[in-house]
Amino acid sequence: MSINLVKDFMSALVSKGTREDNRGLFDYRDIQIEVNPLERACGSAKVTIGDTQVLVGVKMDVGEPFPDTPEEGILMVNAELSPLASPDFESGPPKFNSIELARVVDRGIRESHCIDTSKLCIKPKEKVWMVFVDIYPLNASGNLLDAAAIGAIVALQNAVFPVYDEAEEKVKYKEFTKEKLPIERTPVMATFAKINGTIFLDPSYREEEVMDARISITTTEKGLLAAMQKGGKGTFTFDEVAMLVDKAFEIGDNTRKLV
Amino acid sequence: MGGGIGAPEHLIVNGKRLDGRKLDEIRPLKIMAGVIKNADGSCQLEFGKTKIVATVYGPREALPKHISRPDRAVITCDYTMASFSTPERGRPGPNRRSSEISNLIADSLAPAIMLQKYPRTMINVYITVTNANAGTRCAAITAAAVALADAGIEMRDLVTSLAAGKIENHLALDLFEVEDNFGDADVPIAVMPRTEEVTLLQMDGRLTPEEFKTILKMLRKQVHEIYKVQKQALISKYKQEKSEEEVEQ
Repeated sequence: MSINLVKDFMSALVSKGTREDNRGLFDYRDIQIEVNPLERACGSAKVTIGDTQVLVGVKMDVGEPFPDTPEEGILMVNAELSPLASPDFESGPPKFNSIELARVVDRGIRESHCIDTSKLCIKPKEKVWMVFVDIYPLNASGNLLDAAAIGAIVALQNAVFPVYDEAEEKVKYKEFTKEKLPIERTPVMATFAKINGTIFLDPSYREEEVMDARISITTTEKGLLAAMQKGGKGTFTFDEVAMLVDKAFEIGDNTRKLV
Repeated sequence: MGGGIGAPEHLIVNGKRLDGRKLDEIRPLKIMAGVIKNADGSCQLEFGKTKIVATVYGPREALPKHISRPDRAVITCDYTMASFSTPERGRPGPNRRSSEISNLIADSLAPAIMLQKYPRTMINVYITVTNANAGTRCAAITAAAVALADAGIEMRDLVTSLAAGKIENHLALDLFEVEDNFGDADVPIAVMPRTEEVTLLQMDGRLTPEEFKTILKMLRKQVHEIYKVQKQALISKYKQEKSEEEVEQ
């Protein structure tokens, strides 16, 4: 089958330490970040990694806090894999890929405590700011995860609050303040893939198609791990995992220089 | 995590955890294989207060047809939490969390199954959490692996799963609910113990790389203990089957 040919080809390349586009095993494709390209969003980012393009927008609203955290704002991360971005995506209710994408990005932001949610409280138990991070891939060509994670943190860093009219208790969605979201850390993700025993960074579309397994590691600048997720039906050894954690910090520190 | 409503003052008192365990001690584990007659394989598992029922149907005709693969079986997993399994009633049916976990469980079991032996078929794993007290995805994987073996499906190894985390600056195995809610990090992992290949790995919270590596070591050691209980459950089931046959004769 042709997919096996692709796998053999990719496997032969990575086992020699190179890739279809001639990069090294632990090189990213070219990363470009556009800050706040959108007018209506509180904050937004368009991230390009090679042919992969992801648009991330942040919107804010006021709502009721969760009963167990009455003085904390709410973070919601969602991903829409629209058929616009790939022949592989279908319309309809969210499937595993979009759910996983949103949840892995969400955990990196949430667990790193990068947003000080206690500063998002307007009135305890009644009103807090809700921060919605929506991920829209525009061209899915491998490693949506890292692109979405970069997009999310850049959009959050550059997001400003809309005007909240306290007398009328209404958000004026068209008017923005100059006040930025309280962002305290910079979580970024590094996604590695494995084909026939060789591990490499930033899988392309074709590499993703034939990879055995994948691992995404979110780090922060304080030398802390924030989230991790293994994907795919293949396996990693304990030693590989330990090695990749160290690599993720090295790579994460480089990515952080871009954001 | 880390404080919040209902948080106990301490998670560790006099060197012991709130449920009396030591840091490297797991909750009592009980596994029974072959408990659901209708299923091809099944397992009931209790890990402390977390309770799981897992069944396996198949290999059987792959439906809908388009999921069928000419060279191997496909494995599906359906992980659900019973509406009464959590403190507040949960909405029955799938949600984002359960969809993610279902897929991760299927992927964590797949490497252990000789899928090529069963072309054009599907193997369905169904998991219901009947009582949730943290560690449900790990308990589910451990149970599902036993159910797969109980179904007589050819496997390279069982899959054994366990979590460890960080509570009040201490690294601890197998967090229970309070520790999970108010601890600082959680790392669930699944391993094929014979070859020590990692088939599932997640992490959330805040850990230094050193802490993470220590956690990996703790887990790597402890999965072999759980592995023993899994194998024992299968042996007990077949012993029982054998003695029933002898009675018939």
